[in-house]
Amino acid sequence: MSEYAMPEQVNSALRWRCRRGMLELDILLNEFIDKKYTLLDNSQKEVFDQVLDYPDQLLFDLFLGHMESSDTKVSDLVQTIRQSASV
Amino acid sequence: MNIEDIPRRRFDALIIGAGGGGLRAALQLAEADASVAVVSKVFPTRSHTVAAQGGMNAALANVLPDNWHWHMFDTVKGSDYLGDQDAIEYMCRAAPKAVYEMEHFGVPFSRLDNGKIYQRPFGGQSQNFGGEQAARTCAAADRTGHAILHSLYQQNIRAKTHFFDEYFAVDLLKDEQGNILGAYVFDIHSGEELIIEAKTTLLATGGAGQLFRTTTNALINTGDGMGMALRAGMPLQDMEFFQFHPTGIAGRGMLITEGARGEGGYLVNAKGERFMERYAPSAKDLASRDVVSRSIYTEVKEGRGCGPEKDHVLLKLDHLPEDVLQSRLPGIRQTCITFLGIDPADQPIPVYPTAHYTMGGVPTNRHGQVVIPVKDTPEEPVTGLYAAGECACVSVHGANRLGGNSLLDILVFGRSAANHIIEYLKENRFHKVIDEKVIKQAYNRLHRWDTNSGDESVDDIRHELQKVMEENCGVFRTQDVLNNGVEEVSKLAERLKNASITDQSELFNTARVEALELENLMDVALATVYSAAARTESRGAHSRVDFTERDDKGWMRHTLYTSEERKLDYKPVRTKPMSVDSFPPKPRVY
Repeated sequence: MSEYAMPEQVNSALRWRCRRGMLELDILLNEFIDKKYTLLDNSQKEVFDQVLDYPDQLLFDLFLGHMESSDTKVSDLVQTIRQSASV
Repeated sequence: MNIEDIPRRRFDALIIGAGGGGLRAALQLAEADASVAVVSKVFPTRSHTVAAQGGMNAALANVLPDNWHWHMFDTVKGSDYLGDQDAIEYMCRAAPKAVYEMEHFGVPFSRLDNGKIYQRPFGGQSQNFGGEQAARTCAAADRTGHAILHSLYQQNIRAKTHFFDEYFAVDLLKDEQGNILGAYVFDIHSGEELIIEAKTTLLATGGAGQLFRTTTNALINTGDGMGMALRAGMPLQDMEFFQFHPTGIAGRGMLITEGARGEGGYLVNAKGERFMERYAPSAKDLASRDVVSRSIYTEVKEGRGCGPEKDHVLLKLDHLPEDVLQSRLPGIRQTCITFLGIDPADQPIPVYPTAHYTMGGVPTNRHGQVVIPVKDTPEEPVTGLYAAGECACVSVHGANRLGGNSLLDILVFGRSAANHIIEYLKENRFHKVIDEKVIKQAYNRLHRWDTNSGDESVDDIRHELQKVMEENCGVFRTQDVLNNGVEEVSKLAERLKNASITDQSELFNTARVEALELENLMDVALATVYSAAARTESRGAHSRVDFTERDDKGWMRHTLYTSEERKLDYKPVRTKPMSVDSFPPKPRVY
């Protein structure tokens, strides 16, 4: 996150990292940013930062329930992201 | 920054777009010791190629008998005879080599017990020129696009390709003779501008699914290369041909596979009627994609849509045994639970036709050279400019693309374009001089968003454009509907001139990027709707309610749209293959 340190730029930089190669990820990540991201504490934000570095296919498998992370911090965040997408 | 202070970098080849087509070309060039720059607005492995799950076609004959000539026949027939047969022959002959190359680059293709590459059957594949089903699609499980993209990226890192990640290309640059000499780009992080001077430029920016409200395409698919080509004076070819899938999740876009209806799912309207019985009495819900798509549209248009907005129909799977859903359609169940919060075992799925693939694009020959009409020559190469993949129209997909041919297209023609560039570079060792006026135009186009004070919103216009395109240039096409589309898109194009953005910062100004993307989408939308309104026949994905038949005498020709005066021109289909006899047009019956 340090490279995007200026607070007013955080949203744009983060949002751009949520532009992915798959529509499913675009929807999940952008709706999460809109609805839930600001409610995260700093350690959860760090986990989100780490998750954004995952390859698209891995994110897809995690979000669509084809795979589960053994790291509970990641799996908790994945659940939160999934919940923010359903209408 | 003043225009004269903008730094310049020089490369032999500039590639705009880092999906499979761009990366395949970059690798070929880097291995030939050319200096290669790849500009990508997102990190390369986040390109849309990653979403291609199905696989790539090649007549390897590992599962069933096959040969490239049968693959060629299927592709010509699938294109509804609008595909150029020389390019199709080239692609089908090159396909096995393209697969083996990818295998050597590290793609873990699924295997048969005997160790050979597994091949699955896909729609539109036949043995012996229209006979039994063929099995031609090579896949790395259900993640072929991901495997190809990552393998190519790693190979490019090894080959020392220079990546400009998260840079946005504004416009192509040229000299006074019209030779293309690179592009004007900027770094999305810092806002810093850069002039990339290149002896050759390859557009590989993918499709334009974001033209439509309901699409399977990621947000990045905004037709940037097509927009740049139009502004540089190039035509776009066959833009009226856009592939739709009948059952996308309404308001979301992602696909619900035909397998859902194959397993016994059926569509109902707000009255609970199985309306497909009226439109296709025998095939019903398993009628062809265009018939099902138009039927859904008609139900909604005539007020029988579901939901508070009456804007979709329902796909019922809740009558199927739960074990069938779980064992045969597990992906659909997870998708619905994730994106709709409903389990299709209990509730029907809201669906609407979804835009999937851009068959048209920047016209090229089979060497990837962009070709334009000059006087009496329909296909004169533009010096220095190439295109490959979904942003190009070579044209191997013609009026309709077959499943498994898009990954093949990007790999074959990415490589082919690179090979031509390598030959060009041997004869053209020096950089030409860019016309300063063209640099100024690109600079002004970018910086108009710093000062514009109009009262229109980029977001509003984009949403309206997507709605207008869906309603007036989607799956239901009549002259009145399309003429209305021309009028409405033209009005939106005028309104875009008065749009402004509130964020005027240099650093990570994504509002400006989205404004530039919308300008590209708008130019591509105009090309699409003008081309569609003029074609008075039904062919492939361009299906007209008022002209239901294919008209080979009047319309077996390619459309060319240019931005200047929004003019349409036409050129003949290349019906003569490289070495075999032509496949003459026949009714396309499956």
